[in-house]
Amino acid sequence: MDRIPVLRMGSLLLITIQVDMHDKLALQLQDDVTHRITEYGSTGVLIDISSLEIVDSFIGRMLANVAAMSRVLGAETVVVGMQPAVAITLVELGMSLPGVRTALSVEAGMELLLTAAAETAYGFDDERSQA
Amino acid sequence: MNDLAEIISRNADSIRKQWMAEMSGSVQRTDLMSKTELDEQCRAILESIIEGVKTSGPTNVSGPGWDTARQLLQEISASRARQGFSPTEVATFVLSLKQALFSAIRTAHTTAKNQDQLFDTVWAATELVDRLALITTEAFTATREELIVRQQQELLELSTPVVKLWDGILALPIIGTLDSSRTQVVMENLLQTVVATNSKYAIIDITGVPTVDTLVAQHLLKTITAARLMGAECIISGVRPQIAQTIVHLGINLEDVITKAKLSDAFALALQRSGRAVVRQGPERASGISSLLVKKEE
Amino acid sequence: MNVLKRDEQPLKSSSDVVAARQKVRQWSTELRFSLVDQTKLITAASELARNALDHGKGGAMTIELISNHGKSGLRLIFEDQGPGIPDIEQALKDGFTTGSGMGLGLGGSKRLVNEFSIESEVGKGTKVTIIRWK
Repeated sequence: MDRIPVLRMGSLLLITIQVDMHDKLALQLQDDVTHRITEYGSTGVLIDISSLEIVDSFIGRMLANVAAMSRVLGAETVVVGMQPAVAITLVELGMSLPGVRTALSVEAGMELLLTAAAETAYGFDDERSQA
Repeated sequence: MNDLAEIISRNADSIRKQWMAEMSGSVQRTDLMSKTELDEQCRAILESIIEGVKTSGPTNVSGPGWDTARQLLQEISASRARQGFSPTEVATFVLSLKQALFSAIRTAHTTAKNQDQLFDTVWAATELVDRLALITTEAFTATREELIVRQQQELLELSTPVVKLWDGILALPIIGTLDSSRTQVVMENLLQTVVATNSKYAIIDITGVPTVDTLVAQHLLKTITAARLMGAECIISGVRPQIAQTIVHLGINLEDVITKAKLSDAFALALQRSGRAVVRQGPERASGISSLLVKKEE
Repeated sequence: MNVLKRDEQPLKSSSDVVAARQKVRQWSTELRFSLVDQTKLITAASELARNALDHGKGGAMTIELISNHGKSGLRLIFEDQGPGIPDIEQALKDGFTTGSGMGLGLGGSKRLVNEFSIESEVGKGTKVTIIRWK
């Protein structure tokens, strides 16, 4: 089976999930993302799930895992474009994806990641100037 | 052929007249229905009753001979339910027939010596009218229930308007009690509008919600969590003092939720978070009639 | 309760779970479920199909169009010949897991449907039945 493409956009990675997920695809994706983050030194990961019609606990766990793994490597993850019906179902299922940041659209997600990156950069500057 | 059927068919005209007279004394609503229309209905019902008694007997009103009568009564009472007749008025419409029938039976039996037969006929007439009244009442209730269900549905759709306050800021003023079915509609409506208008901030105003119990709070929390999963942020406003007290007494955890006392506070916060500010640019300007007056004086 | 239509979907591999989801989507679209109701039923089906595969070592899903007193709905039955569940009450609690999920499978699916029943015998297998009415 083919893999889910991981695109590089400047300092960010963009992943658009369009197919019905299954185990191998999910494992492959986790592998790809972690490798690309180290390869490109990415500071953020955008996962666009706007075309996903359902998110069950398996996909939910995959999203949480990617976010956790990326964080360990120094990159923030934002999940964008979750459909209302999917969100309602996920809440009823008992999954609120704590620790995963979200945004309404790819643009909003990019803005979120870039502002977050800029803020950390400022923080770093401040510490240096004080020292 | 049985006694009752014969009496009714022979005295159909006089029975109908007395029936009409009975009703005009008690429940005739000339404001809702003309006398000729009522007369027409009575005639049709009597004809169908004669047919029923002849073919299926007076007590077996669910039998095939009574099809016309049942259908007719159901139609009439359904239309009356919609017109706004009261249950008593609709039931009495059929029950008034009893007096008329009894009179006819009495006249027919003045010469008869057979008391047993008289009582049998009277009993048959009573039972018949009662059963017909039951059919009418049932049809009446069914129509009213349909009406209620439809109105509930309409109310659900009407009662959850999502309004856009600013680019990227929505408000949902909730009025009335939140139950499970309503929350689902409210939730879907809000979240769909969030996507459609690409709004990051949604203010849920609960000024019009009479009480907040654990269930309502749970519904609110679910909506907020779902919105967060989509990348939007909810602010609850319109928390009245009693509700604030109830929430704390019930031990409901709203710590992860932004709450404000007033809708205007929530709006100000949403503006601030989206990097906007409302700035006063000068003194308040006179408007409308007063500004015209000022000009004249000059 | 009348069964108007029935179909079966084996659950032997990960791609069967995808096929089961698609079948449920197709049936619930035909029955004109609202989008949210569709999503809830498909998600529940996905959870239970994965359960049957991961814990029950494979099985089958039966999908039925049913009607009862004028209302219609979909009934899904998931059967496996796996090890069975010794303590059903515990398995229904959130956070309970023996496999790779988040432990929301059974309890979570129960919240997504109108009717939920589970029968399990240790050593023989598990049968989960869910119904969502229109």
